[in-house]
Formats: sequence, C-alpha cells, structure tokens
Amino acid sequence: MAESTTATAHSSHDGDGVTKRDFLTLVMGAGAAVGAGAVAWPLIDSMNPSKDVLALSSIEIDLKPIQAGQAITVMWRGKPTFVRHRTADEIKLAAKNDGLLDPATDKERVKAGKEQWLVVIGICTHLGCVPVGNKATDNRGEYGGWFCPCHGSQYDTSGRVRHGPAPANLPVPPYAFVSDTKIKIG
Amino acid sequence: MAGLHKSDIENPVINWIDSRLPIFTMLQKEYGVFPTPKNFNYFWNFGALAMITLMIMIATGIFLAMNYTAHTSMAFDSVQRIMRDVNYGWLIRYVHANGASMFFLVVYIHMFRGLYYGSYKAPRELLWILGVVILLIMMGTAFFGYVLPWGQMSYWGATVITNLFSAIPLVGEPIVTWLWGGFSVANPTLNRFFALHYLLPFVLIGVIFLHVAALHVTGSNNPLGIDVKGPQDTLPFHPYYTIKDSVGLCLFLAIFAYVVFFAPNFFGAADNEIPANPLVTPAEIVPEWYLLPFYAILRSVPSKLGGVLMMFGSIGLLFLVPWLDTSPVRSCKFRPVYRWFLGLLVVACVVLGAVGAHRPEGIWVLLGRLGTIYYFLHFLVILPVLGKLERPLPLPESISKAVLPRGGGPLPSGAAAKPMEKA
Amino acid sequence: MMRWVSLAAVAALIGAVAATPARANEEIALPHQNWSFAGPFGTFDRAAAQRGFQVYKEVCSACHSMKLAYYRDLTGIGLSEAQIAAVAASVTVPDTDDDGAAIDRPALPSDHFRSPFANEKAARAANNGAAPPDLSLIIKARDGGADYLYALLTGFSAAPSTMKMGDGMNYNKYYPGNQIGMVAPLSEGRVTYADGTPASVNQMAKDVTTFLAYISEPETEMRKALGVKVVLFFLLMTCVTYAVKRKIWADVDH
Repeated sequence: MAESTTATAHSSHDGDGVTKRDFLTLVMGAGAAVGAGAVAWPLIDSMNPSKDVLALSSIEIDLKPIQAGQAITVMWRGKPTFVRHRTADEIKLAAKNDGLLDPATDKERVKAGKEQWLVVIGICTHLGCVPVGNKATDNRGEYGGWFCPCHGSQYDTSGRVRHGPAPANLPVPPYAFVSDTKIKIG
Repeated sequence: MAGLHKSDIENPVINWIDSRLPIFTMLQKEYGVFPTPKNFNYFWNFGALAMITLMIMIATGIFLAMNYTAHTSMAFDSVQRIMRDVNYGWLIRYVHANGASMFFLVVYIHMFRGLYYGSYKAPRELLWILGVVILLIMMGTAFFGYVLPWGQMSYWGATVITNLFSAIPLVGEPIVTWLWGGFSVANPTLNRFFALHYLLPFVLIGVIFLHVAALHVTGSNNPLGIDVKGPQDTLPFHPYYTIKDSVGLCLFLAIFAYVVFFAPNFFGAADNEIPANPLVTPAEIVPEWYLLPFYAILRSVPSKLGGVLMMFGSIGLLFLVPWLDTSPVRSCKFRPVYRWFLGLLVVACVVLGAVGAHRPEGIWVLLGRLGTIYYFLHFLVILPVLGKLERPLPLPESISKAVLPRGGGPLPSGAAAKPMEKA
Repeated sequence: MMRWVSLAAVAALIGAVAATPARANEEIALPHQNWSFAGPFGTFDRAAAQRGFQVYKEVCSACHSMKLAYYRDLTGIGLSEAQIAAVAASVTVPDTDDDGAAIDRPALPSDHFRSPFANEKAARAANNGAAPPDLSLIIKARDGGADYLYALLTGFSAAPSTMKMGDGMNYNKYYPGNQIGMVAPLSEGRVTYADGTPASVNQMAKDVTTFLAYISEPETEMRKALGVKVVLFFLLMTCVTYAVKRKIWADVDH
C-alpha cells in the first residue's frame, strides 16, 4: 500500500495484522465509491423517459372510419403503429403458417372475435424503416401485407416476416378493445 | 528505446502509455510528489473546492442542457418540466442553481486567502492575474446562466445589465443593439446567452489550467508568506494534502447538500418564478448575492457613465494589486496594521452587499457611498502607502523552524526525502 | 487569538446583514403559521391537501389557471389513479378532432389542468383589467410563500375610512399597496367538505395553501427524505476523512 512506510512507523498492528489506518482508509474508499455511484445515478436516470413522456404512453383509437381493406398509421410512443381492417380474404391468407421465418400463428397476433383488426408496430425489424402497404395503391409485396422499401423485406397480412433480411415479425403492441369500435394501445 | 520517455511506472500497460505520453509521470510529479509547504491551514482547501465545484457545475449543466429549450416561448416551461417531470431534474437543477452561489462563496474565500497571506505578491503576480480573469469569466457565465430560466428577474436582469453598455459614449446604443440582436432583450438574446453560457465554462477550464500551471512554477505560498528553503519545509502533495483537501471537501459537500435539499430557494428570487413579461418590471430588481457589492458601487455613483466605470474599475483594480502592495512581507500574520484594514475591506464588501440588496434610499445611499469610497481607498491609497509606513513583525527563519519550536531538525517521517514511496 | 476574533466579528456582521430582509418591504409582518410541510422532515398533510384541492376546484379555478400542473400530479396528495381519472373526466379541455375542428373533450390524467380563460387577454378582459395570476408556482413566486398566501386569503376586510379605494378594488391588509382586484374568494361555508371539517375561512385558506404548496413544489417530500440521507452521508464522510487525515499527519510536525 502506498502509505505503508508511514503506517508502520506509527501504527500498532492488531491480531490480524491490519492497521487501524488501513481500515479507516478502506472505509473512506468504500464511502467514496458509494458516493460516486449515488451521485452518478440521478444524472443517468435523468436521461430515462420523464414523467410527461410516460404519461402519454397510452392512446385511444376510433376504428369506425377505417374501411375493410384499409389501414391507418397512428403514433404511439413516438412510433408509427399500423391499424389494419382486414378483409375476409386477407384473414384467410394470414392463416397459412408454412414457411415462416419467425413462427407465430395469426391467432396469437389478433384478439379472438376481432380477427378483422390487426395492430402492429410499423417499424421493420431489420433496420428500423417504415414499411409501405397501408394504402391500396402501395406495393404490398408478394404476401399482401407490407413491403419495406429500404432492403426489400416482406410481411404478410398478419405482419409476419416472409422474406428477409428482416429477422422477426412486426411486433404487436399491448392493446385492448374499449368498445366494439374503439381500442386503447398501451 | 530512443525517443520514448523513460517511465518508472511498473504496471506494463500504464508504462506503455506513459512511455509514449508521459501523463502519468506528469500527474505523479504535479500531484503526487509535488513539494508543498507543510504549514497550510484549511484556507488552502478552497482552490481544490473551487475546482470540484466547477466540475459539479459542468456535469449538472450538461444534463440540464439535454432538457432545456432556449426559446422565449418555451424556456420557462422547459425549466419547469425539468423540475416536475424529468427524473431527478429538480435535484440536478437545484445543485446547478445553488452551485453557482457555492462557487462564488468558495472563490471569494479563496481570494480573501490570497489577499490575507499576500499570495499575489512576487513571484506570483501572473497567478493572481489569471485568478482575476477566472473571476471575470465566472461573472459572465453566472449572468448568462441566470437569464436562461426566463423568469422576470432573468429578463429584467438581462435588460439592466446589457443596458450598462449604453453608457459608453457614441457607440453605446449600437453595442447594446448588437448584444441583444434586436431592439430589446428577446429570443435572439436568449439564444446567444445559452450558447455563451455553455461555452464559457470550457474557457474557464483553460484559464484554470494556466492558473494551476503558473502555481506549479512558483510553488504555493503559505500562511507565513516566506519562501520554502528546502525539503524540510515541504511535504509531498499526496497523501498529505489530498487527504486534507478531502476533509474540507466532505464538509463543503455537506453544507452544499444542506442548501440544495433544505433551502434550495434561499439564494433565489421569488420574482423569477414568474414568467418573463416585457411589459411589467418587478418592484425591485436585485442581482444574485455574489454580484451585489458591484451593483451597489454602480448605484452609489450619481452618473450613468461614472457608475459603470466605477463598477468595472472595482474589478479591474484587482489586476493591479500585486503592484499596489509595497510591503516587503506577504502574510498579514506579520502585518499588524494592514490586517485591520483588510478586515475593514471585508466589512466594506459586506456592507456594499447589503446596500445592493436594498432600495437606494435613506441610510443605504450613505452606506453605499462610504463602502465605495473605502473600497477604492483601500486599494489605491492604503495598500501602497501602508506598505511603506508599516513595520512588519520579525519573520521566522524558515517554515520548519516556525513549526518546530525546538528548531528544524531532520524530518522524522522522511516523507519528502523518499517521495516515490508515497505514490 | 486576534485573527479568530476578527473572523468571528466578520461572520457576525455577515449574519446580521443577511438577517435584514433583502428586499426592503414596508408591508406589515406576515403572521407565521405552522405548516405540515415545513422543516427538514415535513410532509404534506394529505387530508388538508385534498380539501385544498376541493377549494381550488370549486373556488379558485373559476378565475385562476394552474397550467404547469397535470391531473396526474394529484397522486402526490393521495388520490388513486381511478379517482384522478374521474376528476380529469369531469372537466373538458379544448382539442382538435381528426378533421382539425376545435372540440372539447373530457380531460385525461396526462392533461394539464384546464385554464379558465383561453389566453391572458381574455382573462384580463373578464376580470376588470387585472389578469388572475397562474397558481402553478404561486408559493415560490411570492415573498413569504405559504404564510403570505394564507395571510392574503384571510386578510380581506372593509377599507379604513381614510383610504380612497380604486374602482372595483378591494381592501386587503397584506397585499402590497392594500388594494387588490380579487374579491374576497372565501367565505364561511363556501365549500362543503366531504370529510365533515367545518369550512371556516381560516380552514379553507390553510387547506388551499397546503394544496398549492404541493403544486408549487411537488418534489418536496422526495427532496427532504433524500436530503437527510445525503447530508448525513457527507457528515459521516467528513469524520472518516478527518480520522484518516489525523493518522496520515500523525508523524509530521506542522
């Protein structure tokens, strides 16, 4: 230890051979470490979402204006979120589970009895672009869902990835039906 | 190996770095074994305290800037969002706001230490001058920072202080318009003040580096004000003064924390909790306490230009102190008369501070003038004249003689003799 | 020693000067009240703050905005999330619908408290030219803080016969200049407290002041609880470092 020369000059050793000063220095060092950590935390935590951001983490969406075959984009927690009113054909298409890159059934991704409504976060799981396909005139890719213009990933009518490079399905945000025509995301 | 620094450090990784960039050798030399007078009292803590307070200010300031919006329509609300919604935002802001007060408190004590023990005298004149530059930059930074919350005091303080420049003949008005970026304190002003408030602390770091570099050329002064005669008068900086500074630091932080957590608005003005309103001037515009004495000098002179000149002169005067003092000794310990006048200067500054906080009427006008007169008298007359007239007390032969009544024998610890073992 | 005597004298002087009120104020001294949130261990009296919220809601909010506060902030005075949602839903706030048309919709906990007037000019026009101040920071924004607000709310009386009152102005003992645009807002039984507390003027003033003290500084309780720990920690560290310092310096003559 750095101070050992002076420590031996004046301190008597106890049974364990540890001087009182070494112990005090240890306490001081531990205190300084704890203090530094405690000081750092408020600064770090200040960069986490603040209360006003967290308070806006749920939104309600009126489904009435969305016609079958249409989809809208809403902002939820700053992310584009797709709400799609699927046609009967599209639901049938989504039931096919063969050749999935990220296996999941359509049933798991919609609410029972409300199969016509698909809610997914519209951010390509590859590198974060927003896939196209909400408008009827958009290129929806070979599987009728969404097509990512950045690197060509394709999603089906359940938002599942069918063609890479995207590795995973479009995530389904937590949501619930408040009434038959209204959902609450978050 | 030719061209590489020969490092004494054993750790191979650090040795590799140190051989190519000898920062560890430098740290060891300047903060490890650096020979420091052995007779410092706790007044010598305040330089280190000031340095650490600046670091606290910069750290909290950077995180505040992440949440602050420098626009007149959003500045006030963004500060309140920091106080109410950002995690620990209230803590970071209160540390920063009160940190300014603590910074000035520490620096004023540091300056008093310099005045009392004659630390500005040869060969440390440049060290002192750099210190005055630091004070000026601090004042500028504090002023810009006070404007940012965009409360009533922010707005009107900015208006009044920038208007000081309108006292300059001929070019005054164009200069003020230029400072504002418009015809009143407004959004362009707030924006540039934010930019400058962020910039100046880093300029401060540069000047402080020079301040410390100059200190390490001449070595520190000490309470006796006499020169170090040899190794028996000094101790290695580490661990002796690192630990002594740590004691002062912990106590300082306890006081600082008390203010932040239990009296966070003690130094603040209620009017600054009201959003800036260019149509209504608050009943009294009062600067922060650390600028009050200078504000009092400004108001004590019944002439616009005269007041401004006197106010800036009162700080400018400090640059000349090393040459105004004609005394052959440094420390007030050996200046039985000057000591009292220096005490009177402190009293004058405190009185001026009180004057600055009160409306200029009645007794306060008189006190303000007396304080101003004494302030200038002290530096311009007493300091040069008394130095010639006063008979200093006999100086001790050396630091070690003074601290060892039996006379400076060999150092018992051998601390300075074998400095490398101390690292 | 002379040095310490003079140092003590300077310290005493600084103390004396600091004790004189910084802003010269000729107003009469404010009576001091005992506040639940005062002192290093103070916390907000939840029941008083909730009653105070009722006073704010039923009396103050007719004219005064509180626009920095959110409905969700009411968790701090002890309301549950369901209660807050109900409070918010009972008022409407202006918004735009999906077609951009202006609508009023029920408020959410994440909304700011509704302002009674659309803007400051409207507030001024509706109140005899004097815009009622926003209450979000009212305790911090007035010298005297909570004591001042309580004194103001209880300081209304008939003007002394010697005083010439301006048109539409009211006499208040504690208001600077004694003439205030606000009509005495509180009167005996102005609200009916759910918990049966008699609604005297003093009681309502104290309750609403407690509520507004919380709204002005919602961080108070967290700040004080953390402060006790932090100050004790640094004092403890002072002792430890001082002990280490003594040990290190033990072998040095100084």
